Formats: sequence, structure tokens, C-alpha cells
Amino acid sequence: MVELLSGNEAVARGAFEAGVAVAAAYPGTPSTEILENVAKYKEIYSEWSPNEKAALEVAIGASFTGKRAMAAMKHVGVNVAADPLFSAAYIGASGGLVIVSADDPGMHSSQNEQDNRHYGKLAKIPVIEPSDSQEAKDFFVRAFEISEQFDTPVLFRMSTRVCHALTPVEEGERTPPVEATYEKDFSRRVLVPANARPRHVLVEKRLVELEKFAETTDLNREIEGERSIGVITSGISYQYAREAFPGASFLKLGICFPFPAERVKAFAAKVDTVYVIEEGEPFIEEAARLAGVTVIGKEKISLCGELNQRLVRESFEPKKAEFSRADVPGRPPVLCPGCPHRAAFASIRKLRLHAMGDIGCYTLGALPPLNAMDACVCMGASITTAHGMEKALSPDEAKKIVAVIGDSTFVHTGLTGLINMVYNKATFTAIIVDNSITAMTGHQEHPGSGKTLGGEATYKIDYESLAKAVGITRFERVDAYDVKKVHETIKAETAADAPSLIVVEGLCILRNPEAGQSPRFVDEELCINCGMCRKTGCPALSKNDAGDKSHLSAALCAGQVCNVCAQVCPKDAIKPLEK
Amino acid sequence: MSDTITNVFICGVGGQGILLSSKILSALALNEGLDVKKSEVHGMAQRGGSVVSHVRYGREVFSPVIEEQCADFLLAFEKMEALRWLHFLKPGGTAIVNKLELLPSGLDNYPAGLEKEIEERCERAIFVEAEKLAREAGSPRAVNVVLLGVLAGLIGQPVEKWQETIRASVKPKTIDINLKAFDLGHALA
Repeated sequence: MVELLSGNEAVARGAFEAGVAVAAAYPGTPSTEILENVAKYKEIYSEWSPNEKAALEVAIGASFTGKRAMAAMKHVGVNVAADPLFSAAYIGASGGLVIVSADDPGMHSSQNEQDNRHYGKLAKIPVIEPSDSQEAKDFFVRAFEISEQFDTPVLFRMSTRVCHALTPVEEGERTPPVEATYEKDFSRRVLVPANARPRHVLVEKRLVELEKFAETTDLNREIEGERSIGVITSGISYQYAREAFPGASFLKLGICFPFPAERVKAFAAKVDTVYVIEEGEPFIEEAARLAGVTVIGKEKISLCGELNQRLVRESFEPKKAEFSRADVPGRPPVLCPGCPHRAAFASIRKLRLHAMGDIGCYTLGALPPLNAMDACVCMGASITTAHGMEKALSPDEAKKIVAVIGDSTFVHTGLTGLINMVYNKATFTAIIVDNSITAMTGHQEHPGSGKTLGGEATYKIDYESLAKAVGITRFERVDAYDVKKVHETIKAETAADAPSLIVVEGLCILRNPEAGQSPRFVDEELCINCGMCRKTGCPALSKNDAGDKSHLSAALCAGQVCNVCAQVCPKDAIKPLEK
Repeated sequence: MSDTITNVFICGVGGQGILLSSKILSALALNEGLDVKKSEVHGMAQRGGSVVSHVRYGREVFSPVIEEQCADFLLAFEKMEALRWLHFLKPGGTAIVNKLELLPSGLDNYPAGLEKEIEERCERAIFVEAEKLAREAGSPRAVNVVLLGVLAGLIGQPVEKWQETIRASVKPKTIDINLKAFDLGHALA
């Protein structure tokens, strides 16, 4: 039976067919749906781990028992998981161990577009790249076989247009999982130097074997075409290249590391000119050059952004498509009407604070009209960068520093910063904007939401006790929708000479059952058009047709659960709509 | 079967049910034995951002994304989004545009004259009051299937095949409303 599946759904199906026993991940576009779909198979234990390092370590532990395990993450998630990744390469895989890196060329929703094939090379583990959903499934199963055959973790590298494109998939049979057989293996798994040194030697030997495998495996395949142009490519770039060079010969690499140098040389000998078409880094190109093959790659193809068939084609031919885009106002993503983060940011802006921010829905507080965030570096960086700012600035300036972090991000890597605040004697204020869910990626549970991935009730983190335990004496919890209280609390805590933690609490409005009840409206007779309500950035607010008063859309208004605009209005002009 | 690929570019604002429309269209093509690829970008949909879905089907489809000026049809759930993505429509292609105006955040007023600009920029534009027809069918949320009905009238596959696919793709309780919505849209094309 053929179904249309996204690359992510196909990987999940592959996990099932491969008899995977344990799957762990942290949400991150474009990888999130992998674990969400793996979790639908009751035969597989699936968990949202607090962060990607934990997720990979969970998978590594499972792999010790001979069971197959996987960890999935976006590309920058591999940065968080890099420490265990490199150790796992030395330790090997008693049970097949596959790490999915879902890269984001073009940065559809990421802070960078790093090309994670390089992680495979640096960690000395094979890199497998599917080009569509059928391959996402089939290659994923193969990845476990390779992992066990060569005793190595495998990096399964996808990208947005493979993860989120739906293409036909024919399902396969399931290999039932083996029994767990844990045996202590000190010299393999305890990476003290005396053990690690011989492991490295083994890793290098393994690479030689893997390279031999890469030379002959059918994961790499040739498509016969004209002699004039030979294209070497992988992943989604293969699809773009097939359309850009319809008659060419192709060498499609399903495994790009170790590099099948002999196969590439043989292919190059059959054609007149070799193009290397790849998004991101000249990974294949450099390996081809090292093997002595003359190729044309990044001198034509951009290093930046994602590719498509037009860009690939136009990189090689002088004719460019001519089209004009209409000049249309942007439609940037915004905090939803009724978002509990809104009042905190309005306050931060009003107080002219230096806000070190973090990654989540609340990053949108950086955009106009709120303009209430100065920096967003990477997951969990808010508290630690605030700390660094304070240590570098004068005490007066330092009083203006706040760190703003979401609940899921805080659990991910924010706690370390909180500990550092007290331990290294900082005095700034950290604010957890707590909507009790991992929202931006589509509402996943986490240790602060009270439920597991499977929806089971579980322990919900108590931030107050946590703060106390790490030495924070100034702790405040405020209702996100109490504009005055939020403002006064932030004002008081930033003025204090001791480190503070404020938790601004409010359920994500998209999950709030009271959302939309008793919508408000703007009484035009009282409105003086000061714009204070519109400055909160709520998408339900705009100007009326005449442009001389504010207008609140009842259809979009979150209603009495929010009421933030009504609270900031100096004229009490925003009121409940009478039914 | 010819080598031609049919490209349908679907756009709108998050929350309008765009992905269900593209799902039904893709399922139809798959059931015809065609190769189908559908691209979506997830993430910003619920935050009121632009949502786009590329649907391509034919004998063999490689890229999951449509090239500019190559879409046979542009199915727009909102007027500004139609104009934003109009350059994806091929010369001679048809734009189906829902007359809905959703104000983007940061703008005080919705720009005027968009319908005229759309008509100037493409050879054939069909404007639809999809919300009105959806309500007539029984639910304001059936806008996506109304628009799909208009598209179906242009694509020309037998109505029964569309109905069958819709039945298989929507919640059982909503089948009747969706079939009615489809008919109302189809009658316009």
C-alpha cells in the first residue's frame, strides 16, 4: 500500500520496521514530528528528554543492552548533543544507534544553517542522507543494520524539504526487536584515557572498513544519462539537480561519509564535466577534490540559503528567469492574541531594560512593536549572557539587565545559568515566562508541563523550590495577565541588589479552554487614539477604517482571560462586548 | 502518460485549513496512480504567518517545490497572500482567490486595490466569497473545501473521484458539510 508520508513520518515508520526499542528527542523544527510519530507505535518507548544531550545519552544507554535506539534533533540540537556523540563514536553500538540530524538550510526557523554532515566526519561515523520519504524510511532501517554491522553510531542527515515534504511510501515488514543482553564491557564503555586510546585506533580501522562498504553499497546509485555532464549530489539537492539538468548522468550519494572515492573517480571518468550540487557546505566537493577529481561546485552554487531547481539551473546558465514580486506588506509571525508573554514584554520595553532573550514563542517579543529583546543567541543563553553583561557593565547599567527565558528552554539549558547567577554573585533578574508547554514547535510536553509525551501525569517542576535550592532568595510568581503586578514586580526585582527569579505564569492561549470567552471591544467615544493598546502588538488590535480610533476584532480577541489591552488603556475604553 | 507535471500552489494564513486542501488534492492524484510530492513549511502557521503548500503531480516528480512562474493554479485563501505569491503562477495559469482580507500585524489598515492588482498581474483570476459559501454549506470552517471545489472545476477530474477522496480525508461528522461546500465551489468554476 502506497501512502503519502512526510520524511519525518517515514523515519518513524522506519523506526518501527527496524524494531527500534527506545527513542528520545527534544522538539526542534524540522525534526519535531519524528518523535511525535514514533510515539504512535506502542511497541517503542518514546520520550521527550529535557534536551538533546540527554536524549542522545538515553539512546546510548539503551544501545548498551543490544536494543536498537535512536535520538532525533534539529541541526543545532546536535551542538547540544555533541559531547555524547563523540564518545558514542568511540564506544560503538552494541544495539544499533542512529542519530537523526534534521538540518534547516535557508533557516526556515533556526538561528543558523550549519551543515551537519561535518559532524559525521569529525566524529568519524557514517553519514546517510535520504532524498525523499521512501528513502527516509528504507535508509533508516539500513542505518541500524550498518550501525550493528560496523559497531558504530550512524548520523542520519535530513533537511527541511525532506522532513516536511510528503512523497509516496510503500511500507515494509517489521523486524522484531531482539532481547536485551547487557554485558559489562569496561574497556569499551568507560572512556578513561587508557581505554579511549585503543578505541581510537579501532575507530580508524572501522573507517577503513566503512569506506570499503561505501564504495560498493547500493545506497549510492548512478542514473545513466548523457556524457557531457555528470552530477554528484545527495539529499534534497539531488531532486533539484534532476530537474535542473534533465539529461545529465548522476551519481547520487546516499552515504556521503566515508566518501566513496573510487566510485566517484570511476563516475568522473565516464563524463566530460563533473558538477557537485549540494546545499550548504562543499562537503562532497572537497572530498572529490581530495580524491583528485576536477569538479565545479561552490564557485557556482551558493553557500547560503536553500537551493531549488531554478537556483541550481541559473547558477550554471546565463539566462535568468524574469519575474517581479508584488510589493506586499510582510506578514510576520506574532504573539497570538491573548498570549501570556505579552504583558511582560510590554513592561520590559517600558522600563527600557536590556533583555537577554532566548528561543521560543517569546522570541517574537523582539519584533515590532514590542521591540523588547536585545539578544537571542542559542538555547539557554539568556541567563548566562545576562550574567556576562553584568560582569562587564557598570553597576548602574547592570541594574537594567534582565534575562527572559521560556519554561521549556529553562529546563533545557537555563538552570545552569541560574546556578551560575548565585554561585558567581550576580544580581540581575531572570524571568521565566511560563506557559507550561513547549509551544513554538507545536505544544509538546516537558518537565514543567506536568505530563509525559504519552499524556501521562508526572511530576511538574516547582520553580520556587528549585530557585531556593540553588540559593535564589528573591522569588516572585505573578499572573501573566495582571499588567500592573507584572510591571511592579519586574521594576522592584531589577532594582534589587540580589539575584531574582520571577516566574510569569499563564497557560498558552492556544491551549487555554477559556480563550475567546467574553471578547472585548473599543468604545470609540472614550478612545483617544493614544495607541497604547496597539503598542502591545496584539494582532486583534488595529485602527478603525477612519484611522482615528483603535479597533478590536471580536473574532480574534482572546477575551476576559487576557484583558491586557484594557489594562493598558488610560481611558478604560476597552470593555466586554455585551451579547 | 505524458511527462507534464501539474503544479498547484496553495497559500494563505495559518489556521485556514490549507493543509487539508493540499492533502485532499494530493490524495486524489495518488489514487490516480501518479507520483505526487507536497511541500509544507511548518512552524509559523499558528502565529498568524503566511502558510504555503506546493503540490506537484505527474508521471515522475523530483523537486517537492514549484518553480516561480510554473504553477498551473494558484489557490489563495486570502487576498494579500494571493498577491504575495502571484509570481509563482505561470503565464496563462489561473488564480483562484478568496476575497477574505486578514490584516497582518503591524499594519493599521488593509491596503486597497489588491483585486485590481491581481487582475493586472495574471491572465485569469477567479474571486470567490468562500466564507459566504462555507456558511451556506453549514460551517465557516469549510472554506478550504469550497476553494478546493473551484479548483476541481478547473482541473477537471470526475466529481465522484473528488467526493470519494473528501469522504476519506475528513472527519465522518463533517462529510456532508464538506461535500456541500465542494459542490458550491465547483459550481463557480
